Amino acid sequence: MFPKWYDKWNKDNPTNVLGPAILVGAAGAAIFTAGIWWAVWDGPYDQQSMQTGPRGTGMHVARFVTDLNTQDPTIANYVTFPPVMPTEDSQRAGDVIEGVEPLLADLTVENYERLIEGMRSWTGIPDLLEPGLENYQTVVARSMIQMTQELNEFWGAHVNQNIGERNVGVSCYTCHRGEPVPTHSWFKLGNVNMAAAGWSANQNRATVQSQFTALPSDALEKYLLEDNPINVHDLDARVNDATRNPATIQDTYRTYSLMNYFSNAVGANCTYCHNTRAFYDPAQHTPQWTIANLGIIMVQEINNDWLVPLTDEFPENRLGPVFGDVAKVACATCHKGYQQPMHRLDMISDWPELATTGEPFYE
Amino acid sequence: MIRPEYQNIFTQVQVQGAPEYGMDNENNMAEERAFTPGFSSLAGWFGNAQIGPLYLGWTGLVSIATGLAWFVIVGLNMLAHVGWSIPEFLRQLFWLAQEPPSPEYGLQFPPLNDGGWFLIASFFLLISVMMWWVRSYQLAVMHKMGKHVAWAFLAAIWLFLVLGLFRPILMGSWSEAVPYGIFPHLDWTTAFSIRYGNLYYNPFHALSIVFLYGSVLLFAMHGATILAVTRFGGDRELEQIVDRGTASERAALFWRWTMGFNATMEGIHRWAWWFAVLTPITGGIGILLTGTVVDNWFLWAVEKNFAPAYDGAYGYEAFPGTGGVPATAVMEGR
Repeated sequence: MFPKWYDKWNKDNPTNVLGPAILVGAAGAAIFTAGIWWAVWDGPYDQQSMQTGPRGTGMHVARFVTDLNTQDPTIANYVTFPPVMPTEDSQRAGDVIEGVEPLLADLTVENYERLIEGMRSWTGIPDLLEPGLENYQTVVARSMIQMTQELNEFWGAHVNQNIGERNVGVSCYTCHRGEPVPTHSWFKLGNVNMAAAGWSANQNRATVQSQFTALPSDALEKYLLEDNPINVHDLDARVNDATRNPATIQDTYRTYSLMNYFSNAVGANCTYCHNTRAFYDPAQHTPQWTIANLGIIMVQEINNDWLVPLTDEFPENRLGPVFGDVAKVACATCHKGYQQPMHRLDMISDWPELATTGEPFYE
Repeated sequence: MIRPEYQNIFTQVQVQGAPEYGMDNENNMAEERAFTPGFSSLAGWFGNAQIGPLYLGWTGLVSIATGLAWFVIVGLNMLAHVGWSIPEFLRQLFWLAQEPPSPEYGLQFPPLNDGGWFLIASFFLLISVMMWWVRSYQLAVMHKMGKHVAWAFLAAIWLFLVLGLFRPILMGSWSEAVPYGIFPHLDWTTAFSIRYGNLYYNPFHALSIVFLYGSVLLFAMHGATILAVTRFGGDRELEQIVDRGTASERAALFWRWTMGFNATMEGIHRWAWWFAVLTPITGGIGILLTGTVVDNWFLWAVEKNFAPAYDGAYGYEAFPGTGGVPATAVMEGR
C-alpha cells in the first residue's frame, strides 16, 4: 500500500526500530501517567466529595477542589456600612431632606443616606431614589425594599437556613450584585420550536432555561410561576386504577428539566437532596430537600406577589422579548451556582432597615 | 522484528479475482440481483473485498422506500422546527426530535404539527422494518437456510414494537411512544425510569442486562478463542464443526482446563444466539409491564423484599461544607 520508493528504501536500509519504539513508548506512558496523576491528585482535577447519605447508597456531592477554594467573585465588590446608632438629637430624614422617599422617611438622616448609598452600590443605579426623582426605578425600588423586608422577616426558614446562630438574610445585593438587572433572571420563552404545537413545540432545543438539554424549556414558568405538581410518582406499586395517571412521560421531562436547573443553580447534584433509588420518598430525602422546597414556595411568592404586579411599571426594553412579561427570579438569581449565596455572607446585621417590615431595631 | 500476523485488527487475507456470483437456483435469484460487483481493498480489511451484487426483491424495495419516507419526514420536521435554517439544523441536530402526540390526544389522530407527522412517519417505519424482516426470512428460504437470522431479528423487532406500538396502545396514548431524536430518546429513557420508580428494580430489566453483558462476554470469549486457533485452521468454523481438527481440540482443551467446562464448535453459537435474542425479549417484557401492571418498581421491590433498607440516619445535620473561602474571613480582612 505504500509507494514503491518507500518500500525500496526500507528494504535497502534495514533498521531495527523495536528498541527505540519501546523506549519512546515507555517514556510516553510514564509522562502520560504522571500527567494524569498530577491532574487528578494535585492539580486542577483534584476532587473532594461530601457524603450526603448512608454508606453504600452512593449519596455524595463531588466537587473540584479548585472550585471549592474559589471565592464567589461578586463578594469582593460588596459594600456595607455599619448602622449609625440613633440618638436623641437625631433628625428624621423626612423632616430634613426634601423629596425624601416616603417609605424610608422615618429613618434618621445618617441612616437614610447610608441606606441609599448602599442600595446605589448594590444595584449599580447611581441616581436611585434621588430626592424628587419619580421614575420606574423608584417605583420598583419601593416595592423591592418591602419585599426584602418581608423575605428577611417571614422567610428565615429559607434565607437564614443552615447557619446556626449567625444571621445571613438577603439584601438588594443578593440578587443584583451591582447590576441594575440581576443576572439569572428569566422571561417566558413560549414555543421554542417553529411549525409545532404541544409537546413538540416546548422542548428539544438547547436553551438556557432547558440547561442546554433537550428537555422542556418551560419548567421555570410551570413550576416557579405557576404552581403545577412537580412530583411524578405513583405511591402504589401496582396500577390499580387504569384511568389515573399521576404524571405522563412528558410531565416527567419537565420535572427533570427543573431538577437540572436546581442542580446547576446551587452547584449540587441529585444526591444532594435525594436518594436516587427512590426520588419521591421523603424518608430518604436529605434536609436540603426541605430547604429547597421552602425555596420553591418562596420563589413562587416573589414572582407572583412582587414581580408580576410590577409588570406595567417597567419600560418595554426591560420586559421579556416574547411575551412582554416582567423579569422573574428563580434559584440561580440569588444562588448564582453556589450552595449558599456568597458563601453565607452576612447581608443583614449591618442593615436593620431591611431586616423587618416594622421599625428597624438598632443595637 | 516481532510481527505476529494473527494479532491484527484487520483481516489478513483478501481474495480478489473474478467476482463470485453465487447460486442461481430454481428461485431465479440471479434475475433480481442488482449492481455489477466490484472489489474494495478497504472493505477487504474488514470483511469480504467483493461488494455486490445485491438481491433486493420487492420486499427490499418496499422496505427502502418506506424507510426513506420515515427518514425524510423526520428530517423535514426537524428542519421545520428550526425555521428551515440549515446551519441551525446542524447546530441543534442532536437536540431536535420528532415527538409523539401530546397526551391529550390519546389514541386519536392528532394535528400534524403535534404528533400527526410522528404517527405517519411511524407507520412508514413499521412497514419498513417488517418488510426487511420478511426479506430476511425469504432470503433464508431461497438459500435453503435455517431461519435463525430472521427469528433473531424478530426478537429485536419485539422490543421495537413494545416501545412504539403495543405499550402505547395498552396505555391508551400514543404519547407514550419514544421520540425520534438523539438526545430526546435518551431523555425518554431516563424519564421512563424516573416516572416508574426506578427501572433498576424491574427484574426483566435486570435479566435483559444480564443477557446483554453476557452477550458481550460470550462474544469476546468466542472471538478470542477462534482468533487464537486461526493458525491451526480454527477460523474455518464450519469445517471444524463437522470434522473436528486440532484447532477445535486446542480451543476446547484451553477452556476445559481453565474452567472445567467448554462449549463446542456448535454449542458456542447456540449460547451466543440465545443470549443475544433474550436481551430484547426480556427487555421488552419489562417495558410492557411498566405502567400497565406495575407503576412503581421501587415499591414493588420493597413489597418483594429485595430493596434493602439502610439503617443510617437520614435526619442528620445539614451539610457543613459549602465551598468558597469563608465569607467572614473576607469581611474581616477588609
